[in-house]
Amino acid sequence: METYYILQNYWWLIMSVLGALLVFMLFVQGGQSMLFFHRDEAERSLLVNSLGRKWELTFTTLVTFGGAFFASFPLFYSTSFGGAYWLWMLILFSFVIQAISYEYRAKQGNVYGRSFYDTLLLINGICGPMLLGVAVAGMFFGAEFTVTKANILNTQAATISTWGPLHGLEAIGSWRNLCFGAMVYFLAASLASLYFINNIDDDAVRTRQRNMLICNAPLFVIFFLIVVALILTTRGVEVDADGNAHWVDYKYLHNYLDMWWALIILLAGVGLVLYGLCKTLIKPGYRKGIWPAGAGTVLVVLTLFWVLGYNNTAYYPSLLDAQSSLTIRNSSSSEFTLTAMSVVSILVPFVVAYIAYCWRAMDRNKLTRDEVAESNH
Amino acid sequence: MNDLVQAVDWARAQFALTAIYHWLFVPLTLGLGVIIAIMETIYYRTRDERWLKTTKFWMTLFGVNFAIGVATGIILEFEFGTNWSNYSWFVGDIFGAPLAIEGILAFFMESTFIAVMFFGWNKVSPRFHLASTWLTAIGASLSALWILVANAWMQYPTGCEFNPATMRNEMTSFWAVALSPMAVNKFFHTVLSAWTLGGAFVVGVCAWMLLRGRNVKHCRRSLKIGAWVGTVGIILTSITGDTSAVAVAKYQPMKLAAMEGLYRGSHGQSIVAAGILNPAKTPTNDEAPYLLDISIPYGLSILATHDPHAFVPGIEDIIAGKCYDTEGNEINTVSYAERMRRGKQVQQLVAQYDVARRADDIAMADSLHKAINADFKYFGYAYLDKPEEAVPNVPLTFYTFHFMVTVGGYLVAFLLLALLFAYKPQLVEGKKWAKAWWWLGIITIPLTYLCSASGWIVAEVGRQPWTIQDLMPNKVAVSDLSAASIQVTFWIFAVVFTALLIADVSIICKQISKKSQENLG
Repeated sequence: METYYILQNYWWLIMSVLGALLVFMLFVQGGQSMLFFHRDEAERSLLVNSLGRKWELTFTTLVTFGGAFFASFPLFYSTSFGGAYWLWMLILFSFVIQAISYEYRAKQGNVYGRSFYDTLLLINGICGPMLLGVAVAGMFFGAEFTVTKANILNTQAATISTWGPLHGLEAIGSWRNLCFGAMVYFLAASLASLYFINNIDDDAVRTRQRNMLICNAPLFVIFFLIVVALILTTRGVEVDADGNAHWVDYKYLHNYLDMWWALIILLAGVGLVLYGLCKTLIKPGYRKGIWPAGAGTVLVVLTLFWVLGYNNTAYYPSLLDAQSSLTIRNSSSSEFTLTAMSVVSILVPFVVAYIAYCWRAMDRNKLTRDEVAESNH
Repeated sequence: MNDLVQAVDWARAQFALTAIYHWLFVPLTLGLGVIIAIMETIYYRTRDERWLKTTKFWMTLFGVNFAIGVATGIILEFEFGTNWSNYSWFVGDIFGAPLAIEGILAFFMESTFIAVMFFGWNKVSPRFHLASTWLTAIGASLSALWILVANAWMQYPTGCEFNPATMRNEMTSFWAVALSPMAVNKFFHTVLSAWTLGGAFVVGVCAWMLLRGRNVKHCRRSLKIGAWVGTVGIILTSITGDTSAVAVAKYQPMKLAAMEGLYRGSHGQSIVAAGILNPAKTPTNDEAPYLLDISIPYGLSILATHDPHAFVPGIEDIIAGKCYDTEGNEINTVSYAERMRRGKQVQQLVAQYDVARRADDIAMADSLHKAINADFKYFGYAYLDKPEEAVPNVPLTFYTFHFMVTVGGYLVAFLLLALLFAYKPQLVEGKKWAKAWWWLGIITIPLTYLCSASGWIVAEVGRQPWTIQDLMPNKVAVSDLSAASIQVTFWIFAVVFTALLIADVSIICKQISKKSQENLG
């Protein structure tokens, strides 16, 4: 049993890492949302070309995040995806329209014109981070669902997870969830500016992106503070040793205090993000802000996942029936599957290594207008 | 109940829509990926700039096609959760693992190296670039491997055991899942059919260019590679099609019977090479199954078992539980009525197990667990209202199977000729019938697509009503959603995918037209 617990914790850690990397990679979406601020076509092409070499990594991280959740915590996959149907469908829709836009926007014969595809990129750029933020917020603030596994034996009504009639629309209408979504969006936009400043060798682009950062970074900080305040003051579901679930006030604050190391990492992550943002804004010649801010983002999101799932916490509280809440114990795959998947996860560092190697090889020389003009893709 | 039926139908329609659109693009990615990699390898070895131009020509088309394949793929993965939530819990312990491995091992490989492949010509060494092109092609095939392992498991659930404490199936052998005969056959049959499509696509596009007299030398170079890959693909697809038929006969006899429109089987069963089904025929009446049929004696027995005298059961035989050994002795397989009875019994045992477990009656729970395991293979039959519910759509399965086989046979001949003409262009160029041959090449592209889609329709429609063969029918796998909700998303995706398909085809045609006018050496 102890091995099983360790494996469940390990896979929650893997999910935390994937989730943190996904949030970092959302700078692609943030960048897309700012394309229309660059009216000069050459400038806009620079931005698109710069993002066009990274968007598939974001997309792949999202797909892997979903696949890994399915494999390690299938009850979440079953409950949240089938329940918050409209929320997830809107997220999917926004990513579908992104996938083709990079490839089609500048191609002759694309039927609908370049601005149509740029509009699709804008929709994904804003809705992608916002709605993913709303989905994650639901894990903190809860959702109206029940889970009754024994329903599978009811031949007339076998659905084990039931949800309210709005099927996720109510999550989009919640102001707390929207604050979370806005925080993720403004973080993505801020990271995008830092990425462009680092990746593109063009003064006009850098100047404009620095101006964008002046707008987006304070908004991110404001929403971040609101979200942190909400999380630390909200109730959470705690599960005792017998598996009984009950609501506890300030659950996530208690979790940070109980897991003091997570609190230290959170503060370190916040410090790194602020360092990356502030130094880029203060020192015009500084172009490496994406790295401390990116690393800080990963650290902050890691701790959010940890307080969400560890310390006997339900990572998906049910507002209708606390006992239906999902924990990493009652929603995970079997010990055998987690073990098999853990063997596969040994390859993850290798995957990270070749991604880093290729990223470095491709970005060794910064993107210029000349390169974009010569590029036939 | 009526809304449930409609919700199941719309959920199926939505999944079918997404899968069919997805499969329009994936086989070209798989096939063209290998062709591009071979072309670049020749360039790398010869440093002949003409091969570089040829490689880049096909790479452009690959890129356009790849993007929309990615777009439709993400929907499929998440639809398991959104539309089939009960399924996601009931077998997520097994089914989720291949999807996660696909993401970790295949998608990252594809997405990382495709960026190098398109944008890295002047940024990395030629050797690294070549490796990236191969790794993109390998990544695509690895992705196909894991998703086909997952699909094969739905057709032939193995390597798992039902856990009544969690009310779900749990994996007991990863290798039994990954290397099941269904999975191995499905992977090779599907990926090799994609090589066929890639080859036919290259031949067809070259045929169009030759019709217009553009870049003849480029076309000759491309034809050699395309025809080789296509020919190897179709021959091996045919061979793996044969082994697939044996596996279907063994593990999904109802599907095989539907493929052939066979209601009452016999020893030395003939195969219907071509025929028209009698629409009035059902498993419960004595109507003749065909209005017209041209049959090959012993054909189905040979196809299903490699023994010309073997018994092949029909739909009515399977429902009644009748089967015979090669000596003609009746084997008492279990009738569907009996399966339904035992399925209901198992479900009662699971309910009793739940009570015993909650009461901490370990001895009783263990005893019930053993009884559950003994008959769990009939679990899904408890949900059926009548035995005939387990019969798939026979006309759709029958006609798509015969279309696939007929076009497959044509493709063997076409690609062998294309290979011959690639090496002996004088046999066709300048001849009176050259234009007819090239037009045939163009027409073969959509035919190959239809053939490929037909294969999937046979595989998926033929196993209905099961989401997981014998364990979970569609009506139990579906999410708690209204039919109206799914209808809305169905139409949204139908419009979006169709709009994207129009753009995709338009761009590919424009790119072919534009680039074929450039000097490709």
